[in-house]
Amino acid sequence: MAAYNYTPADFKSDQEVKWCPGCGDHAILNAVQRAMPEVADTLDTPHNRFVFISGIGCSSRFIYYMKTFGFHTIHGRANAVATGVKVANPDLSVWVCTGDGDSLAIGGNHFIHAIRRNVDLNCLLFNNEIYGLTKGQYSPTTKLGKITKTSPYGTIEKPFNPGELVIGAKGTFFARTIDAEVELTKQCLVAAARHKGMSVVECLVNCVIFNNRTHADFAADKATRAERTILLRHGEKMLFGAANDKGLVRENGRLKVVTVGQEGYTLDRILTHDAHERDTSLHLMLAAMKYPDFPVAVGVIRDVEDEYVYDGKVGEQVAEVQKANPIRTMDELLHSGETWTIG
Amino acid sequence: MNHKQVQELQDVVIRFSGDSGDGMQLTGTLFSDTSALMGNGISTFPDYPAEIRAPQGTVAGVSGFQVHFGARRIINPGDYCDVLVAMNPAALKANRKWLKANATVIVDGDSLTEANFRKAGFKTDDPVAELGLEGYNLVVPDITSMTREALKELELDNKSVVKCKNMFALGICFYLFQRPEDHAKSYLDSKFARKNPLIAEANKRAIDAGYNFAANTHQFANTYTVPTAPLEKGTYRSINGNVATAWGLMAAAEKAGLPLFCGSYPITPATVILEELAKHKELGVKTVQAEDEIAGICTAIGAAFAGNFAVTTTSGPGLSLKSEALGLAVMGELPLVVVDVQRGGPSTGLPTKTEQSDLQQALYGRNGECPVVVIAASTPGDCFRFAFEAGKIAMEHMTPVILLTDGFIANGSQPWRIPQMSDYPAICPPIVEPHPEGEAFMPYTRDARHVRGWAFPGKAGLEHRIGGLEKDHLKGCISYDPSNHQEMVRTRAAKVAAVVEDLPRQEVFGETQGDLLVIGWGGTRGHLQSAVEALQEEGKRISLCHLNYINPLPDGVREILQGFRRIVVCELNEGQMAGYLRQHFQEFRFEQYNKCEGLPFTTVELTSEFNRLLEE
Repeated sequence: MAAYNYTPADFKSDQEVKWCPGCGDHAILNAVQRAMPEVADTLDTPHNRFVFISGIGCSSRFIYYMKTFGFHTIHGRANAVATGVKVANPDLSVWVCTGDGDSLAIGGNHFIHAIRRNVDLNCLLFNNEIYGLTKGQYSPTTKLGKITKTSPYGTIEKPFNPGELVIGAKGTFFARTIDAEVELTKQCLVAAARHKGMSVVECLVNCVIFNNRTHADFAADKATRAERTILLRHGEKMLFGAANDKGLVRENGRLKVVTVGQEGYTLDRILTHDAHERDTSLHLMLAAMKYPDFPVAVGVIRDVEDEYVYDGKVGEQVAEVQKANPIRTMDELLHSGETWTIG
Repeated sequence: MNHKQVQELQDVVIRFSGDSGDGMQLTGTLFSDTSALMGNGISTFPDYPAEIRAPQGTVAGVSGFQVHFGARRIINPGDYCDVLVAMNPAALKANRKWLKANATVIVDGDSLTEANFRKAGFKTDDPVAELGLEGYNLVVPDITSMTREALKELELDNKSVVKCKNMFALGICFYLFQRPEDHAKSYLDSKFARKNPLIAEANKRAIDAGYNFAANTHQFANTYTVPTAPLEKGTYRSINGNVATAWGLMAAAEKAGLPLFCGSYPITPATVILEELAKHKELGVKTVQAEDEIAGICTAIGAAFAGNFAVTTTSGPGLSLKSEALGLAVMGELPLVVVDVQRGGPSTGLPTKTEQSDLQQALYGRNGECPVVVIAASTPGDCFRFAFEAGKIAMEHMTPVILLTDGFIANGSQPWRIPQMSDYPAICPPIVEPHPEGEAFMPYTRDARHVRGWAFPGKAGLEHRIGGLEKDHLKGCISYDPSNHQEMVRTRAAKVAAVVEDLPRQEVFGETQGDLLVIGWGGTRGHLQSAVEALQEEGKRISLCHLNYINPLPDGVREILQGFRRIVVCELNEGQMAGYLRQHFQEFRFEQYNKCEGLPFTTVELTSEFNRLLEE
């Protein structure tokens, strides 16, 4: 643990923040700037080793507001560019800012392959279930039937649930947070940074202009949020509700919401969250929970250690080959193998 | 028992051909490497179908490997062959048109079956008459059955035995041209001995059997020697264009003192560059086999941003996919080398055949005003030098560079005089040192050549943001200011134009004045030079101006153009360079000679065209 004593102000650039008033992205920016000093100290990472990479979309403007190294790339490609950055210099702390259009539509390929390779990136997936920057077309996470500018009669495409996608692709880290929950977002970010490998943090953000209140059923009202979401913490019982008296049990292989003390359900029957479990089945079920049948799961849902971290393995392989092969210069390589001399 | 005559030849072309599973590429490579080791000049041309195992016995499935060797420096693989080895009737049919008058044709007699005639589309069971092969020196040994006989003592299955018939054919050619067998044998040992020593032994015995068969029978009237070529003194190795490209990139990384990063996706005929780079982790090379072409270039752009020497390698369709990202590298002013090993297009086109039709894509195939440096290599060996130069220009001028090679030079090999790295210049990228605290770092300030600094993440005080949106000319932050955009468009163009200061003046091969100036670029150099040289020897007033630097064009081109009565631009496309030159030099008349057959030029067709132009 180092002590750089950074403050959030050390991570604020001089650029004017240009998101719409009321946009959920403001709160995420706030949480990120508050998380960075802790990440710097926890992982002994000085300021100049933070890199933010983004694609295209409202969320991708994020990097201009961070006083770090930043690269605002092209639509869908942030995860690919970030993979190159991390492999080129594994000492960097690399953060990806991307949206549901950027990483789940045009950049879907790079997103799943970054997960498959388990590159040590921290990917903030801003999910507002809409294309905002192009002014209101449906995205791969837009709810079925939703009327948007390109679905004037309602969408006829089923949406992705990003958590199911990440965990289904054997992602090693997945967390979910809500824009208004700045402290929770910060905790998820610090956990993502600590995780070695690809960490995806889904931020449920509200687009006030084109998809207002899309997450409102469970996320808008602080008073009902406790009843309609469940904060998962590793090693703790899966309890929720204003009185913390509701919980999740598993019956016949399926999750069920129960009230402790009713119908014979005691606290012992309530599941304990194990974010480190390699098997994906329960994590998938937790990530898939939808209001009103279930509370929406937030917090760190999956955090699994895996020795196969791509950027680390690239370096290890170079070191192994160097141990076995004595060639160190081009001159040596040029003269290796079959050669002949004339004159 | 042997009273055959030994005849000395200056120049021989052999074409090995058979089914795409018959091992013709290996056979040709072993013959050419053996000849190179003997000190001959060499040029080779592999010509194979895209299918790994195309329908057996059909003309479409014929794979060929041509070797041109001689007692002088050889600069093209030869148009027509002196010896054709055909392992089946389809190979005979496919290559009939490439026979020189009086050529020797060696056909596997066992393959001359009705079924094979039918598969190859013969109308009769008499290929000699049907193809008009009377008058050629036709030799029809039963290669398959003699191979089987020679290997009968080895406990090998029939399939493995039959697979050795290519080595029997190689043995015949070794005898015919008095080549030693040791190189081929030691290659077979190193390839098979550990995994399957029996296979190595079988292949070696097949070479001996072929050699002995040729020596003991009277089917070949003569044997031939080809004296060593008076090549420049030095240490040589055999190299193909793709390997030379990979090594040139590695050499540039070494000279810059930076790690080499390659993000690529497999695509014919460029894949070997990625494969070669993936081997050389001992020199710290990092390769990412990306999920697609776009990720290939995007990982490279990320690596360039992070301070590696970054490259991506591809062929035409892949360059199309990389276009948008290439624009990002232009906007971000990051060093990047994109290698395009051109093949026949458009679309999937002719993956294994050569063409030069990506030139305009390389120059212009992006949205916006988006100039990049474009250079082209012209021989297998000089792929090394131009890959090195691509890296040097990219890093020193903070710009993407497209290096154009093509399927012909990428797959072709030649004896290559090994350079000393001390003969190559240092590469000095404008790396920015950590910045004092409190002082604002301006990422888009530039030097007199319009080059900005390379500020890696990890260095204190250099934190900055860049991206694909138009940049403020100093701070690098987003700017929608009209005059700033105008200034940046012109600055990016001026930066690429300023690369000309680093380029050697354009040379002309031959006199600076004359009747006909031949202009070529890239991989056609060997054929163009041979044709021009032949006519110069006849006293014709013809010269060659062969371009390697395309954008920017080097100094001296206009002066060369002024010295000739006629100018003809020869290229393996429908006139892309001609159009480019017309745009730059509007006062001249450029005639064209073009070919899109998926094949290199022949010197015969070139000399005939040049004679026509000279006589008109």
